[in-house]
Amino acid sequence: MTTVTGVQARRAIFASWLRRGTVFIILLTLVVFFSLASDRFLQSRNLVNILVQNAPVIIMAVGMTMAMLVGGIDLSVGSVAALAGAISAGLIVRDGLPVYTSMAIGLVVGLAIGLLNGVLVVYGKLPPFVATLATMGIARGLTLVYTEGRPISGMGDAYTFWGSGVVAEVPVPVIVWLVIVALAYLLLTQTRFGLHVYAIGGGEETARLAGVAVNRVKLLTYGISGLLAGLAGLLLTARLWSAQPQVAVGFELNAIAAAVLGGVSLFGGVGSVLGAVVGALIVGVLGNGMNLLRVASYPQQVIQGIVLVLAVAVDMYTKRLENR
Amino acid sequence: MSEAQPLLQMQRISKTFPGVQALKQVDLTVYPGEILALVGENGAGKSTLMRILNGVFLPDADSGQILWNGRAVTIHSPHDAQRLGISMIHQELALIPYLDVGKNIYLGREPAGAVPGTIDWQRLYAQAREQLDRLGLPIDPRTEVRFLPLAQRQMVEVAKALSLDARLIVMDEPTSSLTDREVETLFDQMRALKAQGVSVIFISHRLEEIFVIADRVTVLRDGELVGTEPVAGLTEEKVIRMMVGRELTDIYERSGRTDSREPVLEVEGLTSHGAIEDISFKLHRGEILGVAGLVGAGRTELAETIFGLRPAHAGVIRLDGQPVTIRRPAQAIAQGIGFVPEDRKAQGLFLRMSVGENIVMAVLRRLTRLGLIQGARAESIARDFVARLDIRTPSIQQRVRNLSGGNQQKVVIAKWLTLKPRVLILDEPTRGIDVGAKAEIYHLMNDLAAQGVGILMISSELPEVLGVSDRVLVMHEGRLTGEFDPRTATQDDIMSAATGSAAGNNANGGGKGL
Repeated sequence: MTTVTGVQARRAIFASWLRRGTVFIILLTLVVFFSLASDRFLQSRNLVNILVQNAPVIIMAVGMTMAMLVGGIDLSVGSVAALAGAISAGLIVRDGLPVYTSMAIGLVVGLAIGLLNGVLVVYGKLPPFVATLATMGIARGLTLVYTEGRPISGMGDAYTFWGSGVVAEVPVPVIVWLVIVALAYLLLTQTRFGLHVYAIGGGEETARLAGVAVNRVKLLTYGISGLLAGLAGLLLTARLWSAQPQVAVGFELNAIAAAVLGGVSLFGGVGSVLGAVVGALIVGVLGNGMNLLRVASYPQQVIQGIVLVLAVAVDMYTKRLENR
Repeated sequence: MSEAQPLLQMQRISKTFPGVQALKQVDLTVYPGEILALVGENGAGKSTLMRILNGVFLPDADSGQILWNGRAVTIHSPHDAQRLGISMIHQELALIPYLDVGKNIYLGREPAGAVPGTIDWQRLYAQAREQLDRLGLPIDPRTEVRFLPLAQRQMVEVAKALSLDARLIVMDEPTSSLTDREVETLFDQMRALKAQGVSVIFISHRLEEIFVIADRVTVLRDGELVGTEPVAGLTEEKVIRMMVGRELTDIYERSGRTDSREPVLEVEGLTSHGAIEDISFKLHRGEILGVAGLVGAGRTELAETIFGLRPAHAGVIRLDGQPVTIRRPAQAIAQGIGFVPEDRKAQGLFLRMSVGENIVMAVLRRLTRLGLIQGARAESIARDFVARLDIRTPSIQQRVRNLSGGNQQKVVIAKWLTLKPRVLILDEPTRGIDVGAKAEIYHLMNDLAAQGVGILMISSELPEVLGVSDRVLVMHEGRLTGEFDPRTATQDDIMSAATGSAAGNNANGGGKGL
């Protein structure tokens, strides 16, 4: 039996492939540009540094991707990271709890705030933007209250190992994000849960009618986003050797930018974890390259904004090709 | 058939919404392997009845019962309905565009893989392949649904329904956006389902289709059952009479129109690459010029090019003999061209705004003084048009969204009439509108033509094209392939021109509009 795929459909499929490819092309272009512009960029120490430094944003972008795939968003990730880091550090330093118990509690805090986001969205019927904006404020506020606005340090080597340790010559944060990305990729592409995440974003009512447990799946995606934000907070705290109350401010924007650059639709149902990772690397490479070129930090933000707009514009253009 | 145990009996079903009785003691019976047509004007209660069957609404507590295979059942949710073997295919397709066909068919029922929580993709696609083969559908189950044409998406829905072991499939206006060929394919599928003992409830506004495909017809009017009869003993006129409760003599109207030979719109060699090629025609003052053709023949694109929504790469447009340049809709409007688009909800109306606001939208500039809208004048214009076009609405403050399709269409037309257009382009003006309201739209078009407006009407319904137009143009693959006098042309003539073949094609074997 022959398969009907008209010229139009074939062109659309090509455009869709092209669209998925754009993000890699952008990353490659940046890499080539900075390699030519600075001889330090391609040095292995610099490249490893990019992969280590961006671990928290990559991990947050994975969670953000899930929240966005179900048609939501999670603005609280930066604050949740700070809170999880602060509580885990505080429990060790102030209360003398064992390192791993404290870190586990930090993760549970992230998960709990994520689930709270889910409850507000699913049962409270709040728009995700508003619900997570509120928890963003709450989590940051709790961090400041808990730390009394001062850094907490002195967690010990077992903790800081997660930020600066090396296993088989690979930095630990890189191992962590590679594992998280692999797990998330498998979860989204191989499991019922993953299929249901895409289905909900593509048509919530349709999914519900098909018997998908829409509420549970949405609740879990927000939970996962919170949990990963917590994990990102632990890595950040470990790398900085201290829990800073104002750490990770604005990271939610980087995570959203990474996801959007990576082709995750703001309307849900479309996108992949791998895309988001590449998106996060684009943001990271851009920042690193500009540092090497001695671009001052204030204009850097302007350039980052412009790159985001350009990348999304290219994306919208190829999307139009695809739908023509 | 009548001796067989009915598959479904809905007995004395009533449904009351606050302030409205939507259904009064309605009975509906479906036998195994039967195609039952359900007809009625908009608001007659068809969709309420079907939603009760699908478990979206519960019937009133004091109403009758639903028997499934002779057993009384209560259907609380679409899931309940699905478990019984009832599947619903909606006008708005219930497929997820970014998922592939196989995933759509088995969503929520994925075959489990070896590791808990995972999916056995190979089995999923193999099973999907089987379901598609059963319907003879040449579709790759790994194709994303958004890449499929509408008709194939509907087939995928049918495949999904069959994979659920549906015994009864409700199809709500499945043909409204299909081409004749696709309708034929759908009907073949329906016959195949019937042969497998599956029953279908078929809802359509196209009465011709009912006579082609259905075994019996159930007619509703104002929430009440008018009757159920075998198709064999019925005529279209009889069904219309049952639906509207009165005789609708000749719903097409041609009166008071003068046979003017003065061209108001002349199009010469109009080309928009990839859409229309070298189109030339004249539209006369007071004339209704029909444009027939298959979906995708370039008719809408022609209208869009004239109206400035699409670039014209070659050709001339003249209005009252004067060449005009139209690159944007605003220029077309300034020249006195109005365009009533095909998708009135998305392109013709501001659904959340009021009837009055919608009507005056195009003349706001004239109603504005020092940047402020003169409310009283706007209201009086809106009232005037509501009265003139007999738009049925409780007030001009009513949101357009709450009006029936026919009245919404009148609001769109009213909006253009406020500009006193020379030319009015109507794209599928009666799509999804019931018979009674259709007659009113035709009446309105006739009046406008009598007042000298030149009307270009795009329509896929051949009886409409032949009944309403003074002349008929036919398009095929972006070109004009024929011009006919509707008083002498037959539907076959037009279909031949529309399919680009001289004769003997199979596209007109009783499909839509034939």
